[in-house]
Amino acid sequence: MQSLKDFQEDTRAWLEENCPQSMRTAMVQEEIVWGGRNAEFANPDSKLWLQRMAEKGWTCPTWPTEYGGGGLDKEQAIILSEELARINARSALSSFGISMLGPVLLEYGNQQQKMEHIPKIVRGEIRWCQGYSEPSSGSDLASLGTKAELQGDYYLINGSKVWTSYADKADWIFCLVRTDNEVPKHSGISFILFDMASEGISTKPIQLISGSSPFCETFFDDVKVPASNLVGRLNEGWTIAKRLLQHERTMISGFGLAAGQSDRGGTTSTVASLEGAAKHYRGDSAKLSDPVLRDQIARFKIDSEAFAFTSRRSVEESKQGQGPNATSSMLKNYGCELNKRRYELMLQAIGSQGLGWEGEGFSDEELQLTREWLRSKANSIEGGTSEVQLNVIAKRVLGLPDILSLAKK
Amino acid sequence: MTLVLSEDQQLLKDSAKGFCQQNSPVSVLRRLRDSKDETGFDQDLWKQMIELGWAGMAVPEAYGGFDFGFGGLGVVLEETGRTLVSSPLISTVLIAATAIRELASDAQKQELLPKLVAGELLFALALDEQTTHSPHKISTMAKKTDRGYSISGAKTFVLDGHVADKLIVVARTSGERDDEKGISLFLLDADAEGVSITRTLMVDSRNSANMQFSQVRVSEDALLGELDNGFPGLDKVLDVARIGIAAEMLGSMQAVFESILAYLKQREQFGVLIGSFQGLQHRAAEMYSEIELCKSAVRAALSGLDDADKTQAEIAELASIAKAKLSEVFFLVSNEGIQMHGGVGMTDEFDVGFFIKRARVAQQFLGDAVFHRDRYATLNGF
Ligand SMILES: Cc1cc2nc3c(=O)[nH]c(=O)nc-3n(C[C@H](O)[C@H](O)[C@H](O)COP(=O)(O)OP(=O)(O)OC[C@H]3O[C@@H](n4cnc5c(N)ncnc54)[C@H](O)[C@@H]3O)c2cc1C
Repeated sequence: MQSLKDFQEDTRAWLEENCPQSMRTAMVQEEIVWGGRNAEFANPDSKLWLQRMAEKGWTCPTWPTEYGGGGLDKEQAIILSEELARINARSALSSFGISMLGPVLLEYGNQQQKMEHIPKIVRGEIRWCQGYSEPSSGSDLASLGTKAELQGDYYLINGSKVWTSYADKADWIFCLVRTDNEVPKHSGISFILFDMASEGISTKPIQLISGSSPFCETFFDDVKVPASNLVGRLNEGWTIAKRLLQHERTMISGFGLAAGQSDRGGTTSTVASLEGAAKHYRGDSAKLSDPVLRDQIARFKIDSEAFAFTSRRSVEESKQGQGPNATSSMLKNYGCELNKRRYELMLQAIGSQGLGWEGEGFSDEELQLTREWLRSKANSIEGGTSEVQLNVIAKRVLGLPDILSLAKK
Repeated sequence: MTLVLSEDQQLLKDSAKGFCQQNSPVSVLRRLRDSKDETGFDQDLWKQMIELGWAGMAVPEAYGGFDFGFGGLGVVLEETGRTLVSSPLISTVLIAATAIRELASDAQKQELLPKLVAGELLFALALDEQTTHSPHKISTMAKKTDRGYSISGAKTFVLDGHVADKLIVVARTSGERDDEKGISLFLLDADAEGVSITRTLMVDSRNSANMQFSQVRVSEDALLGELDNGFPGLDKVLDVARIGIAAEMLGSMQAVFESILAYLKQREQFGVLIGSFQGLQHRAAEMYSEIELCKSAVRAALSGLDDADKTQAEIAELASIAKAKLSEVFFLVSNEGIQMHGGVGMTDEFDVGFFIKRARVAQQFLGDAVFHRDRYATLNGF
């Protein structure tokens, strides 16, 4: 087997040759690549970068090669991510397929489902959305009511989902449906996949406080889904659903890491780091003149460093191929709170220039910052609220008595 | 750099844990306190620790040590923190052995380190002069004489000052009170003429002392490290000490947290376990998260110390991250330790009180959270 040292050298050389220069700069919102049937590439280099990375399976480095993944072990994957970080390489592909569906499909899907879906996720050919939340089922997700009834060789699906991110752009959905009403709520849920182009599906975008409309209301009206699209066993979807949430939470905790990272600098932007922004907007040179802000920034940065060490430790401690566990709730909660804190500090640091909404008087970067600050508020709601994460930690990690076991089923 | 313990470190940690729980539970500290013990630590226990080789953990083999690295000393300190072991481990092993190793001449090392490892000498670092840690604010003077130096001044909060055989005294050989330049370190006998030592009984029941130096005469070779340029070396030693203290605090806060969890799962009110109240659950979950970050910060700092590629500035940053974070979280956990136990937590009979007392001393020792956030900001240029 190739030694890690050789792997590192080969990887470095390959990246040197294959990563386009413009992909070695900080990501800009409009150039994030989500893939899918109608994939958009605002920058043509993004397309090239995706093709090259997908060919090596490095969009999903640890997934098995038989489904198009990179087949790397944990150590190699860490090296790859370090090498990517070293040249400041952008993520070639971001998708819910990679961060959420893929891992659980590999764990619970049958051979045919894996062969059909995994390679397309690796190559970014199909874009997925997540059909979990419903109007009356948010934190209490297991109370969901969207119905799937078996009619011969297909399920008939009726109901509605809400807050479905990118439902209007996605090609397929992974969806939680109720397949048994007569049993306790957790025992009658199934996990099913279907094409968003199916007849009977409609979506309606909802506008966020930040002004953009990334999520939708999603309606299902007699949607026919082949029975073979059910993942795992009938009525055992809750186990898969929870597992997927662990992956989602680990992914979201990365926002916190990113907050710390962008704060370690790397770009020339005036708002790249908190202290850089504070100095720039307040006209300070060596030392920040506001001692309170300086202390708060130092505190934030120390927490970010300790958080980055913790994320890294959790990767080092996890066994090969084991994936995340209940500690993902801790990382998710902490990371999200950190990211929110960073934006609040940024606003405090730069003053009124951070409060522009549109038009004259503000740079694009400043206007984007306002929107990002607002968007960051969702971090502690999406993927399960912070309160829910604390419940999970209390119950699953600390073994405290379940407060909800007394609640009416 | 890795953030998980090696197999050897894990073994050492397990055996240290067993040792401390068996031989030095919190009741030992309680006994020392109640009996107003002269030395303030258990001599037999210290002998056993010496036999286990703990004093030579981070001392090179050439000087009689075992070269097990700071990672090893760190896990031992963590375990001593769990049961609040009072011993010269911090003053003599963590601080003085490091100072000698880093700053002393070879002759001084040959003379002192083997005795230190064998438990024949105890040391104390006489540094602080203010009521808050400010390592470069030194007005104790060491004046050049024809045969050496004459030291005069006063020191406070000198850990193990009243039991030490040897003192490492931070004094000014030139410059003004706040200058980093002009600071030098001296090694002297605690019973030298002109040294007067007053034991101070601190809230954590460990040993500290105030010291007066009046025209204490020492020879040229009492100088430890460079003349006038002792601060960088001192700071390096202090960083090792700060990281070691953070490791000890990590053990202590885990002990408090475990006690909290056990109580939440045992105490009933309103007909249910109090651990089922969400108001307490969320606070417990938050403490757990903070303690996980503390573990990572301590591990990163300890493995940084054992990593020859790390620069002093990088170590300084890791030390300030660890000491700031641990000081903050130990404050939180020790307060919750009282609150979540209710009235029981306030009783002297229950151990948690010993931990909040230790917490406040450990928080302040070698710089509190504010000191280290300030230092971190300066190190990072803002
Ligand atoms: C930007 C964004 C994108 C999203 N994308 C998707 C998506 O793609 N797919 C999808 O399925 N969903 C998505 N969601 C939905 C998200 O998962 C839910 O909003 C979330 O789970 C909370 O549910 P809710 O909005 O119904 O709030 P509620 O559950 O009604 O919560 C309201 C408040 O009550 C608190 N609360 C509820 N239960 C408890 C409890 N047991 N203990 C203590 N406090 C409690 C909550 O923490 C919260 O503060 C998205 C949400 C956002 C904001």
